[in-house]
Amino acid sequence: MGKRVGIEVSLAISEAVKLANVDAVAAYPITPQTHIVEHLSELVAEGELDAAFIPVESEHSAMSVCAGTSAAGARTYTATSSQGLALMNEILFIIPALRLPVVMTIVNRSLSGPISIWNDHSDIMSVRDTGWIAIFAENGQESFDLTLMSFKIAEDHRVLLPISVNLDGFTLSHVIEPHEFLDQEEVDKFLPDYEPLVQLNPDKPVSLGTVGIPEIYTEAKKCIDETLIASEEVVKEVFAEFGEMFGRHYKVVESYRAEGAETLLMTMGSVSETAMEAIDKMRDQDNRSVGLVRLRLWRPFPVKDLRVEVAGAKTLAIIDRAVSPGGTGGPVAGEVRSALYSVEDAPYVASFIAGLGGRDITIDDFISVVDQAEKMAESNEIHQYKMIGVRE
Amino acid sequence: MENLNVYAAKLAPQQEFLSSGHRACQGCAELLAARLVAKTLGKDYIIANATGCLEIVTSSFPHTAWEVPWIHVAFENAAAVASGVEAGIKVLKRKGKYPVDRKITVVAQAGDGGTVDIGLQALSGALERGHDMVYICYDNEAYMNTGIQRSSSTPYGATTTTSPAGVADPLGQHTMKKNIVEIAAAHSIPYVATASPSYPFDLMQKIRKAADTPGPAYIHCFVPCPTGWRMAPNLAVSIGRIAVESKVFPLYEIENGEYKMTVTHKNHRPVIDYLKPQGRFRHLNEDNIAEIQRQVDKSYDKLLKKVKMSQEELD
Amino acid sequence: MTKKFNEKAWNEYDLGYMVSDAGCAAEYRTGDWRSQRPQTNKDKCIKCGVCYLVCPEGAIVLAADGTYDFDLEHCKGCGICEVECWTGCISMTEEGE
Repeated sequence: MGKRVGIEVSLAISEAVKLANVDAVAAYPITPQTHIVEHLSELVAEGELDAAFIPVESEHSAMSVCAGTSAAGARTYTATSSQGLALMNEILFIIPALRLPVVMTIVNRSLSGPISIWNDHSDIMSVRDTGWIAIFAENGQESFDLTLMSFKIAEDHRVLLPISVNLDGFTLSHVIEPHEFLDQEEVDKFLPDYEPLVQLNPDKPVSLGTVGIPEIYTEAKKCIDETLIASEEVVKEVFAEFGEMFGRHYKVVESYRAEGAETLLMTMGSVSETAMEAIDKMRDQDNRSVGLVRLRLWRPFPVKDLRVEVAGAKTLAIIDRAVSPGGTGGPVAGEVRSALYSVEDAPYVASFIAGLGGRDITIDDFISVVDQAEKMAESNEIHQYKMIGVRE
Repeated sequence: MENLNVYAAKLAPQQEFLSSGHRACQGCAELLAARLVAKTLGKDYIIANATGCLEIVTSSFPHTAWEVPWIHVAFENAAAVASGVEAGIKVLKRKGKYPVDRKITVVAQAGDGGTVDIGLQALSGALERGHDMVYICYDNEAYMNTGIQRSSSTPYGATTTTSPAGVADPLGQHTMKKNIVEIAAAHSIPYVATASPSYPFDLMQKIRKAADTPGPAYIHCFVPCPTGWRMAPNLAVSIGRIAVESKVFPLYEIENGEYKMTVTHKNHRPVIDYLKPQGRFRHLNEDNIAEIQRQVDKSYDKLLKKVKMSQEELD
Repeated sequence: MTKKFNEKAWNEYDLGYMVSDAGCAAEYRTGDWRSQRPQTNKDKCIKCGVCYLVCPEGAIVLAADGTYDFDLEHCKGCGICEVECWTGCISMTEEGE
């Protein structure tokens, strides 16, 4: 049976990677991901993890080395944030095309400029179309659990796509939380060895990454699209299996006190926990009909489950932690609006941008958002998005 | 052809590991070099190829000319991908997931663009980390695949589409060829060598040596491009030979820091013999050619000094 | 009846659209590009194998008698073999003559 440990979330993730018996780690340090790779490097040097730790000279090379190790047949892991994610951008599109199940932790940090080491979602939102599966963790336990589950999801032969586990930089990565660690035996039962279907092997020589002439490029993109969409089923299966084995149940769209709520808040990542406190306050103190919906699975976008969770609500107030300048709203709000476009009696969607570059979102902010959203819904205000907490 | 080993062509490995049917231009020395490398290394090697002529012409879906495992990811990361393949196989062997005694050579292949310019960072990182791999740069002295644009490996005085000789600026490339061989050697790797498919046995021996040397090895292969150099395709091999005979591209190796010439000539040809057959140098005047001769002589003398010093050290 | 490569549905290709038929580029007839073709005067051939070694296409193959033949399905007519031949027994002639 596992043990309960109070540990920094970054280190818990490293421990999860160790329990997953990863074969190769290639990473470049960047705040706030550093503790994860430092600890992994330590675990390898201490002989606790038998893996190749490749200290690459840039994030672009980190993802390129991961392509190499994964293609050789090794279970592969990396981690990065912000500028590092931006630097490896071109390779991110190539990994799913090669069907390599690389697992990456993205410790969400604001993208320059101006340069910021603090937390928001601009980095993950900038890689929406890369073809990776993307999931969000809200606390340390989830970070640990989801990291373990990622390997199983990515390496499933029906999937064979890379996956990112996202957690908020500093506000989650650097806090000390209680974690229920699983022991090696339990993990070994849950997570089998990686059996590659795409592999560089002189006994079966294949060419990977050939020229995608116009006659087949469309089909190749369709293939990634369909595989990514179909991976939602595998995600749910793995969540269910994990829940059965270890008693912690995850859903692709989580909700909190949303049953029968007239107004719903929507968040992703660790601010969800503050939002839950706000919901508690509004419900228990002021008797307001409010609830919270949290997107755990970002890609593939869980259209069906989202529609189910928000059905019946009058107002949906979405908090985005990234802005698309000159666009129509936050990225999450944009996707949700698209998903609900053809739904009859869909809730009024109000889009709010908050928490950029590490700025706090307080309980009062959430209450204010709910107030504003309800007023806007009442008057059916035609609205794209509002940035809250900005000095004007 | 070298005077020795006239009949040794029959002793060369006979099996092809790079098939015909690739889409290279006629007379492409890069493909010739790659074919010779493939012959030398045989079945048990894995290639990480950068984007470029070699990659494009050999891998047009649904075809592949490669008969060994081959992966192409992007333009500037051949060294990084190869590092990953090498590290992956190493750890899988250690963890019992791969036969330990199976010797597999990991090779990174890239052009001069993907090595000396955009690929320099990844190359440096791979060499510094000491991966057991062979990096082969096929140098045709410009970004040929995208239409003959200059690279930092383009020689002084060559005309390319982005360093053209014009009325206002009649020289062509103003800068000297970046010495990537010295850069590789500066990483203190065990084996560095220059090679040319015009000297196929020298090339094959060096490839073999590079593969058998533990740790990183760097081979700089001079591959004339008839299309980009504006010359007849049937001269691809002979112009490469003249390059060596005129000291423009000396053939040598650096083994653990010790320099050694592998092909020498009693008498050298003047550099004009090398420049004349190539349209990319046609605009040069007498002064330019004299300058090039001066530069070639200077570089060669410097190299000879290093060779002499190494000989003295070894004695 | 196997479908042609540009007739398959998106899910009928190998994983990652990898090409697993090693060396299948040989199916492609690069010999159709030629404007001149090589010929050998076999009486002068000393069977040294240099032509075989320097052909970028690998289109010169060992014949049973130790001399070399040209694989005309792939020979692009570059003429390197004619230039490198030691005895000058290879000559290039215009295609179609």
